[in-house]
Order: sequence, then C-alpha cells, then structure tokens
Amino acid sequence: MENVSFNIDGRTCSAEKGKNLIEAAKQNGIFIPSLCHFKQQNPLGSCRVCTVKLNGRATAGCTINIDKGMDIEVNTPELLDTRKAILEMMFVEGNHFCPSCEKSGDCQMQKLGYETGIRYTRFPHLFVERFIDAKAERIVVNQNRCIKCKRCFEEIKTNDRYQVFNFLNKGNKTVVTVDYEQEAKLSESQAEYAMQICPTGSILVKGKSVSKPFGNRMFDQGIEGKTIPFNKINKNNSNGQKKRVATTSLAGCFGCHMSLLDIDLGLVDLIEVVEFNKTPLTDIKKFSKRCNIGIIEGGVSNTHNFEVLRAFRENCDILVSVGECAIWGGLPALRNTIPLEDCLNEAYLNSLTSEENESVIPNHEDIPKILDKVYSNHEIVKIDYHIPGCPPNSNHIWNVVKNILFEEELTIAYPEFKYD
Amino acid sequence: MERTDLLNKLWEFQNKHGYISENAIKEIAKTLKVSTTEIEGVVTFYHFFHQQPTGKFIIYLNNSIVSEFKGFQQIKAAFEKETGCTFGAYNENPLFTLFETSCIGLSDQEPAALINFQPFTNLTPKKVVKIIKQLKNGTQLNTISSTVTSKIQYTPTDDKTVFFRNYILGNSIKKLQNSSANKILNLISKAKLAGRGGAFFPTAKKWQYCQESNSTKKFIICNADEGEPGTFKDRALLENNPGLILEGMIIAAFITGATKGYIYLRAEYAYLLEKLESTLQEFHKKGFLGKTILGIDNFNFNIEIQLGAGSYVCGEEKALIESLEGKRGEPRIQKSFPTEVGYLGYSTVVNNVETFAKAARIIELGSNFISAIGTEKSKGTKLLSISGDVAKPGIYEIEWGTTIRDLLKLCEGLSPYYIQISGPSGSCINSSEFDRKICKEDLICGGSIMIFNRSRSILQIQKNFMKFFKTESCGVCTPCRAGNQILYEKIKKFERGLCTQNDIDEIKQWGTIIQLSSRCGLGKSSPNSLVTSIAKFEDYFKLKISPLHENQHVEFDMESAIQEYDSIIKETQL
Repeated sequence: MENVSFNIDGRTCSAEKGKNLIEAAKQNGIFIPSLCHFKQQNPLGSCRVCTVKLNGRATAGCTINIDKGMDIEVNTPELLDTRKAILEMMFVEGNHFCPSCEKSGDCQMQKLGYETGIRYTRFPHLFVERFIDAKAERIVVNQNRCIKCKRCFEEIKTNDRYQVFNFLNKGNKTVVTVDYEQEAKLSESQAEYAMQICPTGSILVKGKSVSKPFGNRMFDQGIEGKTIPFNKINKNNSNGQKKRVATTSLAGCFGCHMSLLDIDLGLVDLIEVVEFNKTPLTDIKKFSKRCNIGIIEGGVSNTHNFEVLRAFRENCDILVSVGECAIWGGLPALRNTIPLEDCLNEAYLNSLTSEENESVIPNHEDIPKILDKVYSNHEIVKIDYHIPGCPPNSNHIWNVVKNILFEEELTIAYPEFKYD
Repeated sequence: MERTDLLNKLWEFQNKHGYISENAIKEIAKTLKVSTTEIEGVVTFYHFFHQQPTGKFIIYLNNSIVSEFKGFQQIKAAFEKETGCTFGAYNENPLFTLFETSCIGLSDQEPAALINFQPFTNLTPKKVVKIIKQLKNGTQLNTISSTVTSKIQYTPTDDKTVFFRNYILGNSIKKLQNSSANKILNLISKAKLAGRGGAFFPTAKKWQYCQESNSTKKFIICNADEGEPGTFKDRALLENNPGLILEGMIIAAFITGATKGYIYLRAEYAYLLEKLESTLQEFHKKGFLGKTILGIDNFNFNIEIQLGAGSYVCGEEKALIESLEGKRGEPRIQKSFPTEVGYLGYSTVVNNVETFAKAARIIELGSNFISAIGTEKSKGTKLLSISGDVAKPGIYEIEWGTTIRDLLKLCEGLSPYYIQISGPSGSCINSSEFDRKICKEDLICGGSIMIFNRSRSILQIQKNFMKFFKTESCGVCTPCRAGNQILYEKIKKFERGLCTQNDIDEIKQWGTIIQLSSRCGLGKSSPNSLVTSIAKFEDYFKLKISPLHENQHVEFDMESAIQEYDSIIKETQL
C-alpha cells in the first residue's frame, strides 16, 4: 500500500493509506486514547473517547481510515475536554468503586482517568442499581463496572463461532449479558482472555481476578517522569502571620488522616509554620479562628456531616476534599443504590445481633438524621481542590498543602495519583 | 429460516402466545445457529416484544407531550382503575396488560391508545370505562376501535397541490414506458427533491450513487417508521395515497436497477397493513409490480412489508437496515452511505414515505409544475403534522416558504407561545420568530409542528422529551446513553427549584459535548430542544433559578434529603 501524508494538529504525518487513525497516529508519535478500539477488530465506535475532528467535523477516531490530505484535530482544548467529559460520564453512569475493584491498577479506564487528570466528575453520580452475574461457570459479569464498549462481543467467540456476550435492552437500561451455555464451551485461556481485554473490571474469571500486589500492577507506576495534568488552584493571599489549618472526617474512616500523618518528618516542618485549629488531631471541637485551609475527609451521610461541612465552608478560605469518600461518596455510597429503609433494617433490625421485637432504629433529637443517600462534598458546598485516593498518597496531600499555603510549585507524579 | 425473518418470527410468537418464551428463544437460536443471548438481545431491544405472558388485550397508552397536555394522567388512572392493573406490570389480569409507549402518530387525536394495535382516539375517562366494560363483556375489538381518518385541514389551490390531489393509480409510472433511467433521474434532480425525513439530502444524488454502484443486488427501502413524536404526515399518506408511495419506489427501482423493495412500517401503524397489502396486490394485478413491469424489458421489482416492533432509533436509516436484517436496531458507524454498503451489504436506497410520494408526483406532473411552487432551494409543497394548542390539529399541505404566522392563522393557534419544530430532536422557536419561513433556506422542518400556549410548562415539555431520548437511545455510545440520562436528572433538579445560573451554563456545555461526540443523529440532536429553549425562553428560565449563594455556592434540599429517614422512623415508632 502507498504511503500518504495527512495533518494532525497542524503537523504533517504520514502513514499507509487506509490505515486506522489510532494506529497511524501512534506511528507518528501521537497518542489518541480509546477504550473500545482493539487492533484486530472492525471499529466499534462505541466508547467515543477517541473523538477527534476530521476536516472540522467531530467523529470517533477509530472509525477513520487514513486518506491523503486529511486534516485531523486531536488535542485541541475542546476535544481534550470532550474526551475527559466522556470518561467522567462513564464514571458516573456505572458504580466504579476503584478501592474495592479486583481490576484496579490494571484497569484501562482508570488509567485514562489518571492521564486526563480526573479528580472529580462534573456530572453527579447516578447510582443506578446494577447486578453482578456470577451464574456462569467461570466468568463473572459485574454490571457496576461495564462501559458497554462491545470488545467482548466481537473478540470472544466459541470455537464454533457462537457469540458469548451480547447486549440486552436499550437506552439507559442497556446491559451486557453472558450466554451460560456458550460460556461453558470456552477454554480456560479464552475466559482469561475475556477478562484481559475488558477495559474495566466488568469481566472477571473466578479465582483468577487478583494476581499482582499493589505497586506491581500494570498502571501503578506509569512512564518515569510522567506527571498528572491539573488546573490552577485558588491561592491563599494572606501573608505574614502563621497559617491556620482545620481538618475533619465526615462519613470517612480516618484513613485519609492516617495518610496525612504519613507526611512523617514533613509534619515537623509543618508544625513550625502552621497552627491547627478545629481538627481531631488537636481535639479542638469548634472553630475559634478563621482558617486558611480546611481539609475534609469523607462525604455527607447525615445531618451532622452537613452542618460540619457548612461550618468549614464558612470558616475556611480554601476547602480541599481528600479521598474518594469526600469526592463522590466512596465506600459509604455503596448504600446509594439500596433504599434507605432496607439499609436501616439490615443494620438494626435484622442483623445477627439484634433481638426480635427488642431492637429499634436509633433515633433521638441528639442523634443526627441519616440522609437519603451519601452526597459528595461539592454537591453541598463549593470545594476548591480534590485529592483522590483511598487513601490519597501522603506526598500528594503535602504538595497540595504546600502549594496552597506557601505557593510552592506543584507537580504531581504519576504514581502519587491513584483512585485506590 | 433466514436471519432476516427474525422479526417476523418473533411477531408470530408474540401474537400467538402474547409473549416470547425462553423456549421459543432457544428454538429460534437453534434454527439460526446463534447463541440464545443473541436472540434475547433482539427481543429486549424492541418494546412491543414481551418475555412474560401478557393479557388478552395489550393496551399501549401514548405518553408523548401532546398526550400529557390533553389528559394523559387521567386516562392512565382510568385504565388502571377499570382493569385493576398497573402500567408496566405483568401477570396481574388474564384479560389486560398495560404499557406506556412513545408517540403513536395520532397527535391530532390525543389522548390515544392502541389496544392490540387497534387505535382508540380522543379518549376520556368515560370512554375508557365503556371500552373496558365492552372488552370484559366479550365485544369484538374491531367493532369498537376508532376509525382513524387523517384530518387534512389544508391544501393549497389546485395548481399548487402536490400530494392530496386526485390520484389515478399508475399515472406516474406509466411515464417510465417511453423514457430512460437518466431522463427520469434528471427530472427528479431538476425538481430539487430533498430527503423529507428532515435531513434534506438531495434525492437525485442518492439514487444516482445507487445507480452507479456495481453492487450485484440493489434494494429500495421506504422508511415508514415515523417515530418522531408529533409527526403523523406519513400516516396520512399511507392511509390516503398508498399507491403514490409504491409508484415512487418503483420509479427509484427503475432508475437504480433495484429488484427488491421493503416498506419498513412501524408497528404502531399495523392497522394500515391491510390497505397497504391490498394496494400491493392491485399493483401486481395491473402489472406494475413483478416481472417485466409495464412491459419494460428486465424491469423486475417486488415490494415486501416489514413490520417494526417498537423502536424510535430504527427511523435512522442505518439502524433501520440493521433491524431489517433481524438485528438490534443499533445505527452502524458512519463510514459509508447505504448506497455503498446497505442492506445485507448491497447498495441500498432508503427514503422517507413523503420523498417517494413526491418523486411519483414529480414524474406525473413534470418538474416544471413542481418548480413553479416553493422557494429557491425548496420546491413544491411540504406536509406538516400540526398538533397541540390549536383549534384545527391535523395535516397541512403547505407551499415551501410559508411563514409560521400564516400557519398559525390556518390552524387557528390559540395564543401560541412555544412552538416545537421537527419534534423533540428539532428545535423550538418563540414569538419573535413567527415570521420565519419553513424551507431549506430558513427554518427546516421534518414534518412535525407542536404548538403550545403560555399555560404550558416548558420544563414539562423538556422533561418529556429527555425521558423519551433516554429510553429510546440504542444504548451503544456513552454520550447518548449516559448523557441524556444526566440531562434528565438536571431537569428534575430544575423542577425541584434547586438550580442556579451555574446549572443553566452546565446544560449548555454538557449539551454541546453530547452533540459533538454522539455516534448517530439521535444523540447529536437530543439536547437540541433543551439547549435552544434555554436560549429562547430566557425569561421563563430566569424565574426558575435561585440566586447563587455566596458562601455555600450549591443549593441543597435538606428537607427532601431527610424525608425518607423521618418517615421510616415515624413508621417504626407506631
């Protein structure tokens, strides 16, 4: 085949005529992220993460075959933001609890989240109840994590060419199903291949899902020297006097506070220049002075969390949400797909330790009321910065605090930015 | 059995047993040598197929916005009360099962429902009581169903009427006898015929692509899947002039060399089947279909009708082709036109009902007749379906270039305030735009015009539209599947009075993202209405937002957040 020249973002590139754009761009050193594209396959054009503009018109990059003189835009601000938005849509549409996912660290969607610097989603989480299908012999399909990319449809067939995976329903009710009869025909290696090509943790093989320790997983380290993109943080302008910091844990586990203590020797430096106001570290219960920075762990699950969060907003110049729970609900938000009544009954009335007709759901005017769901902090008040992780890396927290208080330069190394 | 027969086979089971059982699915899968999940995927894609037993009478009540404004809730309640069933629930009553469905093409006679696909129009709670009583007593369904007659409210003077003028069967295609494919194509091209589904693609060009294709087989498909809510003009044509449509298809076959045609008829119009089929027979009898049509050598063409099964997205031509092939109606990715790779991989022409009818008239009346009517770029007349708050809802055949103001006079719009052009996927206009003209140069329109007065809630309109899109999205691409749902949640937030200027800005930004990145026309146009209504009814939306709170920045509804807990505690205290 002849080579043709074309343009990407104004740069002249060259590739074989008819070659898939994603591959052709890669050859020319330009990376176009995608989740459904899979090199052996016909383009699926389902995830839309690879959205680019061809001669001014937006289309999925994986559906373009290179031709002479094509003018392609890939990394314009509009397209970068669109790509990020599509990923965010995937995060809010499913229930992606990275800290509890077997595929975390090996997940391509998570990796793209890191690379595009998603800290929180602009869209509210939808928390739709989804089921986990473990009836098949080897394969488990976890609907919570499925992004409907269709890779498994095309790539996983039985030896006699029967389809194993397919869609059911349409619209927002679309789900992927596995055909039990055909699945049983798959060999062990075919089943594992299905797990491997799934860009998220939706397809798992029983007994094979967790293999590598933290730090050694596929996307834990990233390319050396790679950093995470971020937007400018609001700075604190008050100079001179000793800076004041407040922290709290709302519906959280104090794990993020533990990570804060992991700053280690940095804490000694910190004590020199800052003073802690309201925080569990000093056990000061009420704000006595206005603070420069408020660090919040955990989301809002009850009326007390809500009041504390509003008090933080009123008394702090800059608010930072720390950890998955603060950012979008995290593990406590597992209850968001289950009716509150069921949760309370399970916890207080039907649990193993509760006695029949003796137990009540606790309620008293001094006890906070449980909200209908766990809310992320930025649904309640304005949050200036988000540090993801479960818990977040201590260096990441430390660098952000230093940046806000002392305007020290901020770079976030790839291994320090995690959702788990 | 071929895969292409799948929809028909599924209809057989559905009609015979009231549902498609697991065993039926297994049996079909075995015959077709595919996995059962593949067949199940098709069954669950179309909402007229059921996997659980249904009652003797399946009632589909239309939930489009026009129906909502004309009393949908009361009718729904009446049906539930009289039958003792709940909408959407199976196994409640051996006689009845109730479902909501999107627009059934009867917007001029709302509220309307289909009972076993027979139309019941202009429903009132009293009528519902009577209907259910009669059905319980064993009255034959077809003796009590409504006869649907399209109210053709307006046609221009005789020298300007194109569609609804006297029709003599065969007058159009007889002109093919002493002509050639290129001459006929030239006439179509001269009359500037453009796709009437709303995309305005030049028809002559499309037919030429197919004509020039080397494909060993060629197909002509008539898109009678008129699913855009508020549109019923194709129904009027199918009902009044089915022959005209067939003649248009025959002309297309003459030009392109196609040998087989399909009419993809939406299941909502199943009651038109009989008439269509008898027209087909008449054509066969007269030698207008079959072999050596009109005595022209090698001119062989047959038409078959394929019934849809309830899916809006199948009105998109590439989804329609998939559906015709017996698959889920997921639009193919946009790589080539169907004239290149279409039905079963062969060159295929897909056109709207109105386009074929118009083509037939162009050949019959001559391109000069057509060119004398309309505007520079849009020639002839256009069929409009007008519904909503007007004294005379129905079909209007108007000359291209007619202004909205003239139209409002014709249909006697009652203090018009909000006008939806081209259905939910189109856009809306406010009173400052009533002098705009309907034509390619100005206001393009696929055929639906819904007129609403000042008392109607714009939010309710948008909520209805967005709910429609989130259910009817094919579910393949992220922005359409998730994005429409996200916008729907936003409208719900609006309703609760929790939105600020930020939310308005977000709707605009998010809408643009969905439009930009969606895979087919559905997602590319689904945010249109919401986004344009925000721009064009600024005052209305201004009243709906609360001021930004300086310190808290985000509105939060504590009352509703603790309501559930309070009621649980209250109950357990008793």
